Amino acid sequence: MKIVTTTSAVFGLALAASVSLTAVPASAAECIAPSNPGGGWDFTCRTIGRILSELDLVEGNVQVTNMPGGVGAVTYAMVANERPADADLIVATSTVGVTQIAQGRYPAPIDAMRYLAMLGADVGVIAVDDESPIQSLEELTEIMAEEPGSIVTAGSSGAGGWDHIRLLMVAREGGLDSLGDLRWVQFDGGTDAVTQMMGGQIDVVSTDMGEIAGFVDSGDIRILASLSDEPIPAFPDIPTAKSQGIDVTGYNWRGLYTGGEVSDEDYNAWVEKLKTLYDSDNWQEAAVEFGLVPIWRGGAEFEEYVREQEKAMADISRDIGVIE
Amino acid sequence: METLTLLAGGFAVALTPLNIGLLLLGCFAGTLIGAMPGLGPVNGVAILIPLTFAFGFDATSSLILLSSVYFGCMYGGRISSILLNIPGDEPAVMTTLDGYPMAQQGKAADALAISGVASFVGATVSVIGLSLFAPLLARMAIYFGPADYFALYILAFVTIGGIAGVDPRKTLLSAMIGLMIASVGIDPISGIPRFTFGNYHLYDGVDPIVALVGLFAISEILVLLEKKAADRTAPIGITSWLPDFRTIWMTRWAVLRGSLVGFVSGVLPGAGASLGSVMSYSVEKQASDKDGTFGKGDPRGVAAPEAGNNAASGGALIPMLSLGVPGSGTTAVMLAMLISLNVQPGPLLFERQPDLVWGLVASLYLGNVALLILNLPMIGLFSRLMMVPTWALMPIVAAVSFVGVFSISNSVFDLEMMIFFGVLGYLLRKLDVSLVPLVLGLLLGGDMERNLRRAMSISDGDWSVLIASPISIALYVLTAVFLCLSVWLTMRDHKRTQSRVTEG
Repeated sequence: MKIVTTTSAVFGLALAASVSLTAVPASAAECIAPSNPGGGWDFTCRTIGRILSELDLVEGNVQVTNMPGGVGAVTYAMVANERPADADLIVATSTVGVTQIAQGRYPAPIDAMRYLAMLGADVGVIAVDDESPIQSLEELTEIMAEEPGSIVTAGSSGAGGWDHIRLLMVAREGGLDSLGDLRWVQFDGGTDAVTQMMGGQIDVVSTDMGEIAGFVDSGDIRILASLSDEPIPAFPDIPTAKSQGIDVTGYNWRGLYTGGEVSDEDYNAWVEKLKTLYDSDNWQEAAVEFGLVPIWRGGAEFEEYVREQEKAMADISRDIGVIE
Repeated sequence: METLTLLAGGFAVALTPLNIGLLLLGCFAGTLIGAMPGLGPVNGVAILIPLTFAFGFDATSSLILLSSVYFGCMYGGRISSILLNIPGDEPAVMTTLDGYPMAQQGKAADALAISGVASFVGATVSVIGLSLFAPLLARMAIYFGPADYFALYILAFVTIGGIAGVDPRKTLLSAMIGLMIASVGIDPISGIPRFTFGNYHLYDGVDPIVALVGLFAISEILVLLEKKAADRTAPIGITSWLPDFRTIWMTRWAVLRGSLVGFVSGVLPGAGASLGSVMSYSVEKQASDKDGTFGKGDPRGVAAPEAGNNAASGGALIPMLSLGVPGSGTTAVMLAMLISLNVQPGPLLFERQPDLVWGLVASLYLGNVALLILNLPMIGLFSRLMMVPTWALMPIVAAVSFVGVFSISNSVFDLEMMIFFGVLGYLLRKLDVSLVPLVLGLLLGGDMERNLRRAMSISDGDWSVLIASPISIALYVLTAVFLCLSVWLTMRDHKRTQSRVTEG
């Protein structure tokens, strides 16, 4: 019998370890990260949750729940069906979520939620190998417009994902009409794509700056342009696409939404709290540490921005045949 | 010489009381988590991440804690494979092939000791490789393109044929089912959902761990339910409580071969520990299965995959640290944590944060020793598990399976999936179809398909890209050699059996 007890004690201990994730003290506010622990959405919830309670903007702690599934679709469906009016619930989202909505991959349209704010963004960049003959964005757009079949482009998203779409926005601005002619290869992450470029498999990478910054510092790759309004603070020498005559920005923003039936009063209260959080040193430091550029858009302005972005993505997705 | 100086500095970092404490805690917790069906290193690491934030450890201490959990899980995963035929995590699937038959023959203590020692050697080989050649190997790994990865997976799949089961048609069937299941979910390349039946829960595909727990743990329970009550209460006899050291010594070449093969698989970003243990097992079977004892409780069949998966998990740290490319699911989670601790993995990490890198390397050396010391005395305790009557054990396994799977994603749908796979596993077992090729198809199929399609997008649909690089040609040649060898071995065995029949 002793053996059985020991065995079950061992199992019980490990059980306790696995359950402890959810054993956070009860509190009013909850942030759902629609992904496994460790990703960008998880960071959004954990960091914002932590700072909200540090600044006493909420009572007690913010409970962070991981609800992975369908690139956010499972959470979207749950909020739309079960908690549309829950004013204590916020959900992490980003450009990736809007892309999914634009391509009809979420169970409810964009209007099913109220978008609160974006608090920071990873900036899209276009990179080539340090030994590549392509020296400037202008040279690249020329090649893409005239001989789109001669180069291979890649990034961390699939065809019609955000890395692909923002490169196509640049190509179209540079004069490429038939967007489907440009070859695109998907890799599991920005660094995967960059190492494949260093190995000579592909020519151009379009992805977020944060993930690949180490390769810029080491001189293995050359950034042709950052897709931002202003140069990236950590890399002031890298020119923006705008400064090179290509009027395209490609932020991968991080933000939050809440249920579609939350009252105006509660909605505005959240926007205000998030603005206070955004202005705090705590957030400014945390964002930069995670490789984000702090950028604020909130309330009505953000709602409009999200809808514009959804429309732009749907247009390009149709052009390249990802949706009909 | 410079490496030794840096390593000495690393030991100074690792030997602080806090870091040693974290190391021991991590090894212990990791072994437990790894031993639980359903909970593997990914969950172990993910569970402990909030803890490292809560206590405000610095990056080096956090990384030491998480790496020791990672290595601990690799040790622990084998325990339930051997004793219960239920792999604790994905790479431990191969260990069930010879580990469980050994346990049934009453040699559980031997199997546990062999796997412990093999894990130690495998992990140590990989850590030595990590400390000597990390930046160099990372530079070489970048020349491995999509077409080369595809060739590597072809090699792995061809060798699966020789792994399990008597009837090659059943092995093929099982592998095909695995490949089919691997294609469920949003296709990451085109972004289009496949075989999801409009169900959003299927968009992310089938979580291998959920399938694994269903196929092995739940189907085991179903098989037991069917047996007569008398069979169920009779525990398996144990012939010896102490491991036999001659048996361990006998496996020395298997361990070394497994370590090398595993290490190389680990260094390739994206291949990881599962491929490492598969390849080690197949190589070993080809190299030394002269009497057809593999799959029937051959100690070398336990030693090779265990050395392989531990060597691979050390190897996987190389692309993670020096390129920022995760070599496995677990290293992907560790990578995310490093970034949030303001450490930028990548080509400059070794120069900019030598304390962190060499502190980690040193702690891996220490962790391996700690794991071996921690594990060997526990063999007696663990093998006593075999004496627990199944009527008492199986409810615990069921409870642990449900809680483990639910804790991954808080999803009832995953529990339903697990039961579905349990029934599927039960049916396949009844039909005498080995489950291992299915799991390997599920684990490796997705990456194989994606790399084929990447190669195709690069070449714009020209198939000749697949044999355009020297690496892929070499791998195909190796595949051909493997095929010829296994056909030759089968023919020879066949002749032998025939001559025996005629003699009789």
